Amino acid sequence: MFKGLINRFSFSFLIGFTILFLILPHFLPRFYIYFFSLIFVTGLLATSLNMVLGYGGMYQFHHAVFYGVGAYTFALMLIKTNLSPIFAFIAAPIASAIIGLIMGLICVRLSKLYFGMLQISLGSLVWAIVFRWYSFTGGDNGIHGIPIPSIISSTSKAYYFTFIITLISLIVMYMIVNSPFGRIFQAIRDNPERSEAIGVNVKRHQLIGLVIAAFFGGIAGTLFVVVEGSVFPDLMFWTFSLEILIMCLLGGWFTFLGPFLGASIIVTLRTVIGIYTEYWTLVLGIILMLLIFFLPEGVLGYFTEKYKGRFKTPIVNKE
Amino acid sequence: MLHVETLQKSFDGFMAVSDANLIVNKGEIIAVIGPNGAGKTTLFKLITGHLKPDNGKVYFKGENIVGLPPYKICKKGISLSFQIVNIFNRLTVFENVQVAILSYQKKSLNLFSPAKKLAIKETNEILENVGLIDKADNISGSLSHGDQKVLEIAIALGNHPELLILDEPTAGLSPEETSATIELIKRLNKDLGLTILFCEHDMDLVFAIADNIMVMQLGKTIIQGNSDEVRCNTEVQEAYLGGGSDT
Repeated sequence: MFKGLINRFSFSFLIGFTILFLILPHFLPRFYIYFFSLIFVTGLLATSLNMVLGYGGMYQFHHAVFYGVGAYTFALMLIKTNLSPIFAFIAAPIASAIIGLIMGLICVRLSKLYFGMLQISLGSLVWAIVFRWYSFTGGDNGIHGIPIPSIISSTSKAYYFTFIITLISLIVMYMIVNSPFGRIFQAIRDNPERSEAIGVNVKRHQLIGLVIAAFFGGIAGTLFVVVEGSVFPDLMFWTFSLEILIMCLLGGWFTFLGPFLGASIIVTLRTVIGIYTEYWTLVLGIILMLLIFFLPEGVLGYFTEKYKGRFKTPIVNKE
Repeated sequence: MLHVETLQKSFDGFMAVSDANLIVNKGEIIAVIGPNGAGKTTLFKLITGHLKPDNGKVYFKGENIVGLPPYKICKKGISLSFQIVNIFNRLTVFENVQVAILSYQKKSLNLFSPAKKLAIKETNEILENVGLIDKADNISGSLSHGDQKVLEIAIALGNHPELLILDEPTAGLSPEETSATIELIKRLNKDLGLTILFCEHDMDLVFAIADNIMVMQLGKTIIQGNSDEVRCNTEVQEAYLGGGSDT
């Protein structure tokens, strides 16, 4: 199935990284293991956003909602039901996908910025419900001490679990963006009007793309709970959505792994700078400005451009 | 094959197309001519569903297709190549044509098989036919205007249309590129048996290749007929040919 998807070079690269990350926990202190798990989770989240943002050209401004819904569904299933945790793992991404479907049905009627605006308002509605519903979601306190199944509860076990699920999700997403569906999704990004003229049902395609992205966002949400052991409403606050968006832009939103790289950079900076100052967002703002001026295609985008010469001409978006 | 009856469209009170009539028979090359602002592009967009007409009927193979969205009309066998270059900028030339073929083959919801391996033969066939095969791996946004216009036609061909609508296929092209495009149109009509509807400013060219010409002015169809009938029509002479001059 993977034949023709990646070349031998990237394949050995992939194997190398996998081995590196698998043996890493044996050498690193616990904090770094936790730190890497967090990077995987956030990287997966950013990559899932980029499926609709970079490949679909949809201004998905409130992706964190799907992340939060996944995390909350997982946490609530573990706490409020006696079902096997397996069901919680299955239910969480599906719940995210359903929320994605509902929001999508309302939003895809609109295009470009209006799509994003409406999504922010609908997403904030979900956030407000979670924030206020003390009896069910714990309100602004969130839920702490979630009973994670013991098989994945220790830091290094959570690390392995997160790594493997992230890897599988990334591979599946990579297959999707390189499938006919993904190709046509990119065509829609470049030119929705023309896509319609070649017989593509644009709205339906966008809706499906959004549901898929929400699904993977939900997976990232469950992984977050596994790593962190708690959930709180900030997970789906709109400022966090912007942060994910910045990760995509920073890493390079026209590349597959760019968002993952962007997520690693942001998570690292946040952790490191967080030690020295509370005003981490100030640094984030400066990064964003530098990014817009010097690396409009993102870090990875910059390097692919430099070495492959693939995106030679600057592409001017219409409108 | 295509039958347009008293089609109407106004934008905020401005009648862009007020009474368009057109008959296209299978296998013909039909030209629509008319001064700037006569409503040619609007007419094409009305036929292909990109605009919704206020009134009138469009029959394609006996079926009224007015009001259908563009993607459905495309599936029925009408492809439009746009006047203003309208391609997928970030995709390669190959991918531009490939997506049209994938869509035609109803593979647009296929999530897991690698697109790299699909529809290669069909895509290359079309690229060879239009002469873009050497540039297959170029990013389409970096092509010259002339090549992009040809790519427009190639994308439209990807849907295996029965009726190909070309909105000013030679606009902005050099004389050499224009004649190449004309050759291409003739070849598509002859070899693939495509019915072609196009609009154009260059009179000589229209009279040279069209079997049948429809003249529009101020949103109205003045006449449809062969080149002699059109040339002799006094209304056309007044409105368009400017009393004998050929341009």
